Amino acid sequence: MNVVVCVKQIPDPADPGALEEDHTLKRTGKLILDESDSFGVEMALQLVDKAGGGDVTLVSMAPNDETSGLRTALAMGAAKAVLVSDPALAGAGALDTAKVLAAAIGRVEGADLILAATESSDGYTGTVPEQIAGVLDLPSITFAKHVEVADGTVSVQRQTELGYDQCESPLPAVVSVTAGVVEPRYPSFKGIMAAKSKPVDQVTVADLGIDASAVGAAGAGQQIVEVTPAPERQAGEIIEDDGEAHLKIIDFLDGLKVL
Amino acid sequence: MAEYVAPLRDMRFVLEHVVGLEELAKLEGFEHADPESVFGVLEEFGRLMSEVWSPTNPVGDAAGSTLVDGVVHTPPGFAEAYARYVEAGWPAVPFDPAYDGGGFPWLVGIVLQEMLNSANMALAMAPLLTQGAIDALVHHGTEEQRERYLKKMVTGEWTGTMNLTEADAGSDVGALRTRAVRQDDGTYRITGQKVFITFGDHDLADNILHLVLARTPDAPPGTKGISCFVVPKFLVGDDGALGERNDVVVLSIEHKMGIKASPTCVLEYGGRSQGAVGYLVGEEHAGMSAMFTMMNNARLGVGVEGLGLAERAYQRAAEFAGERTQGRAPGAAAGQRSPIVEHPDVRRMLLTMRACTEAMRALCYYQASQIDLAARHPDAAARTTAGARAALLTPLVKSWCTDLAETVTSLGIQVHGGMGYITDTGVDQHYRDAKITQIYEGTNGIQAMDLVGRKVPMRGGAVVGDLLADVRSTVEELAGAGDAFGPMHRELAVAVDSVEQATAWLMERGLADPVDALAAATPYQRLLATTVGGWMMARSALAAGRLLAAGTDGDDDLAGLLEAKVITARFFADHLLPEVRGLLPAVTAGGADVMALTAAQLARP
Repeated sequence: MNVVVCVKQIPDPADPGALEEDHTLKRTGKLILDESDSFGVEMALQLVDKAGGGDVTLVSMAPNDETSGLRTALAMGAAKAVLVSDPALAGAGALDTAKVLAAAIGRVEGADLILAATESSDGYTGTVPEQIAGVLDLPSITFAKHVEVADGTVSVQRQTELGYDQCESPLPAVVSVTAGVVEPRYPSFKGIMAAKSKPVDQVTVADLGIDASAVGAAGAGQQIVEVTPAPERQAGEIIEDDGEAHLKIIDFLDGLKVL
Repeated sequence: MAEYVAPLRDMRFVLEHVVGLEELAKLEGFEHADPESVFGVLEEFGRLMSEVWSPTNPVGDAAGSTLVDGVVHTPPGFAEAYARYVEAGWPAVPFDPAYDGGGFPWLVGIVLQEMLNSANMALAMAPLLTQGAIDALVHHGTEEQRERYLKKMVTGEWTGTMNLTEADAGSDVGALRTRAVRQDDGTYRITGQKVFITFGDHDLADNILHLVLARTPDAPPGTKGISCFVVPKFLVGDDGALGERNDVVVLSIEHKMGIKASPTCVLEYGGRSQGAVGYLVGEEHAGMSAMFTMMNNARLGVGVEGLGLAERAYQRAAEFAGERTQGRAPGAAAGQRSPIVEHPDVRRMLLTMRACTEAMRALCYYQASQIDLAARHPDAAARTTAGARAALLTPLVKSWCTDLAETVTSLGIQVHGGMGYITDTGVDQHYRDAKITQIYEGTNGIQAMDLVGRKVPMRGGAVVGDLLADVRSTVEELAGAGDAFGPMHRELAVAVDSVEQATAWLMERGLADPVDALAAATPYQRLLATTVGGWMMARSALAAGRLLAAGTDGDDDLAGLLEAKVITARFFADHLLPEVRGLLPAVTAGGADVMALTAAQLARP
């Protein structure tokens, strides 16, 4: 079984982020594998391992031919990657990204299952996996916490507020994976050394047959007009315990509708 | 408290610009260890250390290892942390590919060791001792022994121990009494008791290979009669399968002031049989050479323990100083409380910690690069030169890095003030862990004796002379490097003059009266090591200055690092290197007064 995992390479969240003049996130330095994608990579490796054969292929879109984050996922065990890197993609919106990744997935032969994170840790639009499914005209299942594949069918436990829905779909399908549902492996020493020579198919939008003027800032159909800092967290309410504090705590929790 | 974060930027700077990783990677067999691959490896290893090893460190300090019904149990989380390290193939990195090693330079292995020690020094002792056992078997074992034992130790699936010390044979290893009697089948039966055996038993691995020094019945007295044996916890069959349990029993484990999670065992060999089964490593009565093979790498390893602890103590002190507010620092607005990092005396402590740690890092990595050159350089003369330099530096690395670790971890508590003395903060652990590093693998006093007795006299003093010539050429370079390097030029010149005078005095007086030489040994060791540390800092600063002059291409992060390197080196020159001015008179004072009081006078309060 062959699994494609969509992965995003993002600026290290541990470093203070900076914005470009057009209010987009500065992505000029080294980019790392988005932690939320490490769960999809791990799940794909486990599924292929369980199926007894096949490859995990990564697809990614990033500026400046950046491969640092891809190397991390290759070191974990993915076999190869398709990287779309093109100046025309600067300022791309979620739908552009979905179109580009969908075209990149088209370059991977025999993809049975496409995994993605539910959302990235820098953009948080949370719509790309479903848009990819739309563009490719494939079934889409979201918020997967457990995935099994058998006989051309994918069975998914789909996380809900109350528990989970049991969903099934014929393959190929696009499944978005909730963060934290598997424990991503640490790359091994041999994995890191092997990752250096694993193939990364580097392509431009033209290679994908996409019109450069229809994507990126030119084609996004959106503009970031203004950015304001998130409001500082308000000071909490301090309740002096006069013997009745527990009632106030109950009122407070009741107000939050968590009781 | 934040977990340990590997100081990858400084590690990379030292590897690339101070000790020449790129040149090492050109040596035969190291081609795949190009800088980009090395940094990829360090990054991932650092993540494992931060996320998996570092959280186990305080747990280990609180719980310690325990002995229950003759079996050692390591603290919660240790077996899992060790397993992660083994599963990912990390133990193999610096070893020979012939034994499934990764074929990386020893230098890279030393960087990994620094991280292991910063994250959890007590647990890091298991791989450290295994390395010693691997070295002994690589250099002195038979091909059959290597085949049978090495690969599993290189992968970390089995661990190793070093059994030298006995109750009455510590620093004086020649006094040991453990007996080894040859059997008709060529094996030996070992009987006796060994003490202070690190990871002598544990629950991290399936088997333990004990390297044991013992005496055959006809052996001459002293160190010339010592032989080395490998004694497996479980005997290993021809097919590699584990067989019978050997007669090696843990009698007790020690209760220590630090490294509480590292089980320090009293091992009894052959107490319940005709003797534990052992196999001779090397020739009979040639055990000391196997021991020295183990010790030289182990001594660098202990210096690196000091480095790792200092780094961890610095990270915690710097974090705390930025958060804790007390008093009003000079220049702060009236009525405002300042983070203590704004107070000049706290700055002085932090910079002392930082400068010492950076100097230790450069020295340890430099020493490792000399070990690699000595093993791999295509030119025989270059191999000999590097080997002699490494031999000279071994006692300096071991003693100076561990003495500084005591100072730096103590300052780490001091920066925390009263909070640091409360064990809840946990910074006392690093100080308690550091103390042992000055004692084991040859006390720092023994290192000083090794330095003045064996190392300085090498080639009639020419080995130390070559080192000083190298320091002098850096002094000359500093003279033309501009005002920013002025203090480094001034103080390093004084330091190298002081070492020269001290060395000349030592060579002359040491030959005349060994008491003079031995009384001077420790201040001389400190004098030479501080000078070499100042040399390392100056080389770092010069490299940083060259890179700054060449331009950093808008990379503010890099420019900040390079500027900090120059400033930290200047602080070292102004505030720490002047120590040498007081050490020279202490060296040349002679031994008369050191020995003048009688033992009875010393014993009387």
